[in-house]
Amino acid sequence: MIRVVLPYHLRMMAHVGGEVKLDVKGVVTQRSVLDALEARYPMLRGTIRDQVTEQRRPFLRFFACEQDLSHEPPDAPLPDAVATGAEPFLVVGAIAGG
Amino acid sequence: MSGVRVLIGTRKGALILTSDGKRKRWHVSGPHFGGWEIYHLKGSPVDPNRLYASQSSGWFGQIIQRSEDGGKRWEAAGGGLTTAPSGMPVVEGNKFVYDTSPETGKPLTTHQWYDGTQHPWEFKRVWHLEPSLTDPDTVYAGVEDAALFRSTDGGQTWQELAGLRGHGTGPGWHPGAGGMCLHTILLDPSNPGRIFVAISAAGAFRTDDAGKTWRPINRGLKSQYIPDPNAEVGHCVHHIAMHRSRPSVLFMQKHWDVMRSDDAGESWQEVSGNLPTDFGFVIDVHAHEPDTIYVVPIKSDSEHYPPKGKLRVYRSRTGGNEWEALTKGLPQRNCYVNVLRDAMAVDSLDSCGVYFGTTGGQVFASADAGDTWAPIVRYLPAVLSVEVQTLP
Repeated sequence: MIRVVLPYHLRMMAHVGGEVKLDVKGVVTQRSVLDALEARYPMLRGTIRDQVTEQRRPFLRFFACEQDLSHEPPDAPLPDAVATGAEPFLVVGAIAGG
Repeated sequence: MSGVRVLIGTRKGALILTSDGKRKRWHVSGPHFGGWEIYHLKGSPVDPNRLYASQSSGWFGQIIQRSEDGGKRWEAAGGGLTTAPSGMPVVEGNKFVYDTSPETGKPLTTHQWYDGTQHPWEFKRVWHLEPSLTDPDTVYAGVEDAALFRSTDGGQTWQELAGLRGHGTGPGWHPGAGGMCLHTILLDPSNPGRIFVAISAAGAFRTDDAGKTWRPINRGLKSQYIPDPNAEVGHCVHHIAMHRSRPSVLFMQKHWDVMRSDDAGESWQEVSGNLPTDFGFVIDVHAHEPDTIYVVPIKSDSEHYPPKGKLRVYRSRTGGNEWEALTKGLPQRNCYVNVLRDAMAVDSLDSCGVYFGTTGGQVFASADAGDTWAPIVRYLPAVLSVEVQTLP
């Protein structure tokens, strides 16, 4: 079971409270986690990755296990701790403003 | 007694105000989509409880929201699942893909950038939603970078009317300070094939075949900030309005200049007349008097506030040229707000109501066609758009 933590506005959109728990088949990667997330919560499609390019939106980051994974290839395996559910995969909105 | 519903888009959410026909007491609902930019909301003329909203964010991109009950509950349009041939779920409601196919789009992938080079078209957000006059499931979206999209399934999927970008002048369009946005969509109630749109900073365009082919309609516009002031495109049109009983007469607030066309945009004449400044963003037409129009003069393009700190609506009862200041109930000292292009609307009650919102977070209303004004809500985030529905 993969645990995903979403930023506040996406939790509101998806009508979820705390962490989201997802079943991910095969290798656990950014792409497979986000595919599973969007399949379960279709209203989130396009909010984390651009609908056309599938690129991560510039003001969002992916953190896990105290690492910034934002620039890792989307098909690279995520850390074992994420794959086993010991640690969550964090989708984080950048702090922007004055 | 009939009533009105005022749909307000702000920098940090949407608010919906309702009142009976007296328009004295207002019920405020919201903020809906708190924290998100709501560029525009608009209801279907066919089904007033069908509302569409453009919700966007620098973090999370573009969402189209839809309500079936006048704004009490909302759902992300296209939130339901359809299945792609691969078997993966696909949701298209937030997907705006420029059409570059040879059949429809005459492939066009670049426009003029600030430095004069060509720049790829990149979708940023939906500025304006215009529901069809006849079908609640059909709605048009004006987007940045400038293009026109249409949905015929209630906002679940969107297709570009690519003949607009592809008609020939597209490579010469360029963004204004606010981006290159298609912000005005006018549907001709007497001619289903005719649509007018306006783009900053390209100008006005018209189709007579429901969006297949387009051409610029900017003859008579003069803009000193472009190399050829009389150019076919490049004009920073801020907003256009029409009266539904006379759709060939158009009124335009350009960057500078208030303009009028009596021939569906074939030619334009300046009608700024005695306005204190002819810079501004909004323009609208009285619901029952096709020659009564309203603007809010703004001091200049670098000082986005009213002249002398006095917030004044100007009304012309002669279709332009002769203007009177409407001040009763509006702040007449130390007022330095702006009124953005989609932030004025009228209702169609017997005594026409006029409404406008400010970047200072007030929405002012007049239940007597502009003679007197009062704020119906204050202290909102900056108001981006105001629409009004007259309810049965």
